Amino acid sequence: MDLSLPVIHIQSIYPQMILVLFAIIVVILPLFVHNLKRELLALISVVGLVLAYFSLINLWGQNLTGFNGMIVGDNFSIAFSIIFLVGAFLAVLLSLNTVENEYLNYSDFYSMLLFALVGLLMMVSSTNLLVIFIGLEILSISLYVLAGIRKMRVDSIEASLKYFLLGAFATGFLLYGIALLYGASGSIDLVEIGKYIQANGFSGTFILAGAAMLLIGLSFKAAFVPFHMWTPDVYQGAPTPVTAFMSAGVKGAALAVLLRFVWTIAPLSKADWTIAIWIIAFLTMTVGNVVAIAQSNVKRMLAYSSIAHAGYLLVGVLAGSQLGQASIMYYLLVYTMMNLGAFGVISYLGNSNKQENLNLRDYRGLGFKHPFAGLAMAIFMFSLAGVPPTGGFVGKFYLFNSAIQAGYLWLVIFGVMNSVISAYYYLRVVVNLYMHEPEKEVAVPKASLGLSFALLIAMVAVLQMGIMSSSYFEFFRQAVIAMP
Amino acid sequence: MVPVNYYLIVAAILFALGVLGVLIRRNALIIFMSIELMLNAVNLTFVALARHLHSIDGQIFVFFIMTVAAAEVAVGLAIIISVFRLKGTIHVDEINLLRG
Amino acid sequence: MVGELVPILVLLAVAVVIVAGIIGLTHLFGPKHPDPVKLSPYESGMEPVGEARTRFSIRFYIIAMLFVLFDIEVVFFYPWAVVFKKLLSMGSFILIEMLVFVGLLLVGYLYAWKKGALEWD
Repeated sequence: MDLSLPVIHIQSIYPQMILVLFAIIVVILPLFVHNLKRELLALISVVGLVLAYFSLINLWGQNLTGFNGMIVGDNFSIAFSIIFLVGAFLAVLLSLNTVENEYLNYSDFYSMLLFALVGLLMMVSSTNLLVIFIGLEILSISLYVLAGIRKMRVDSIEASLKYFLLGAFATGFLLYGIALLYGASGSIDLVEIGKYIQANGFSGTFILAGAAMLLIGLSFKAAFVPFHMWTPDVYQGAPTPVTAFMSAGVKGAALAVLLRFVWTIAPLSKADWTIAIWIIAFLTMTVGNVVAIAQSNVKRMLAYSSIAHAGYLLVGVLAGSQLGQASIMYYLLVYTMMNLGAFGVISYLGNSNKQENLNLRDYRGLGFKHPFAGLAMAIFMFSLAGVPPTGGFVGKFYLFNSAIQAGYLWLVIFGVMNSVISAYYYLRVVVNLYMHEPEKEVAVPKASLGLSFALLIAMVAVLQMGIMSSSYFEFFRQAVIAMP
Repeated sequence: MVPVNYYLIVAAILFALGVLGVLIRRNALIIFMSIELMLNAVNLTFVALARHLHSIDGQIFVFFIMTVAAAEVAVGLAIIISVFRLKGTIHVDEINLLRG
Repeated sequence: MVGELVPILVLLAVAVVIVAGIIGLTHLFGPKHPDPVKLSPYESGMEPVGEARTRFSIRFYIIAMLFVLFDIEVVFFYPWAVVFKKLLSMGSFILIEMLVFVGLLLVGYLYAWKKGALEWD
């Protein structure tokens, strides 16, 4: 047997290494130093995030491949990683609020959050299905724990159980898909599989069944219809910062993998399965938006809204162009900001004695009593609905524009119709905040500085991305995967 | 030598049984065991294909699936025990607090 | 191919016939004098002291979980050990790699220890 050492380029995984190191520090330190404050642990996590950010920036444009091609440090992966870092940063700030006081164990919380982030970074920075699978599992297992971290509360544990059972089920499908692709092509690297398909065509039982199962597995994780059943329950039961992080992070990673898959395996213009993605995108948008109208629980409503947004993002995948890729990244960043912001306001308006004030009725009249939270919620809702001049509008415009250029006029028409439907339930929140008299006295605890800061950042970013969108878009234009 | 197809068919049957178990059983532990059956079907597929293709990748993949499955078992059982402690049951039809 | 499996089938058939035959014969010819002592699960053993389906202490579960987690790591040690000697001649990379791996395991061990998962009471 011939053996040779692989070419490592250890700097290609510096961001992941830094995050793992800080995750370990956050979980081990409180075992030796007692009575550590939550704010200190949050600060340590933020330091880790900042260091990881700088090491990512350092990799920009270098196109490093490490570990014999197992790790790909292209701009595509770096752009997605930065979006995830921003999401984790906001989630850490969100967790500092009074209403989130009942985790019992903050060191576990921050550590798991950082580990989940490592999983996300692993997923997007490889074309090797083994590494993608390991990243996905690091992410998923951390999220199972995070969803149930309020372990004395029935709803939290229930969310955790549901997420766990369906997540593991989806993993089974994903793995079987990988096994079939491996059986056909003899490789577990997407690039090699892509070469095989270009030589032999996108046909054969193994390739077709493998691709379909991989798609099913990813659809479960990203909550595409008809694999979305778990989403509302899990999003409602999990702690709010976790829900916020989950909704943006997992979706982004699944989409990144899907994009790599589409680009390396089956350029969409040639493949027959465009129609499958078309149908999934249409169903995801429509079901998410229509069911969201019927919700009275704000967290549940945002869960359905996040399903709908997964549908919008899929439109960009379908476009199958570099424009589509950049649009997806842009929209994902806006979505991270506005969605984490919206969940932040939910946390802000929550009540400290385990009542989270999650019903729309609880929000009546709060806009004037808490002007800052009210204004923030209004901006996030306008952005989610896609009203100019917010980032949500520009993002949708880019996405739909890329789809039109690829010739998917009807899907875009349905997408715009969906946006109109969605405006109804987003604006209903704003109406409740400002145009109704409060029904009862709702006690809102004093918001923490961290949470207010997070809301401010998200608000400014959403507006800035709406007004000065081109600089952001140019940045993402440099991050697309090159033509195969 | 037994042809590779036989292994693949056995694995496919096991996988289908696992999926069926997840869909029709209502006890969280049994559902979880069915998921493990699915993962083991995948392992069998990988090992058979690795032998057939004379490639080592499939075998390495199996190592990782096994470890990840062990990690999943630890977390999953912890969650199931928490559910039992709070609700007194692990019947998934009775775990229905969250609904729209 | 399939023909090679015939000996296994024959073996299987012989085994089934012998076992079924012996059980059937004893069933036919053996004396039968049932009484409560003979029907108890362990005729010449100890008296059962209680139900077998009692609840176990949660400690057993935690120990079992730790065992599963630390036991499964061995899968990575074996392939590593197979190539260790050859790769060591090319530098200490393979050694450092495993030290990192074991170091991460130790962190988990430290966590379990400090959290009191290894204490019985």
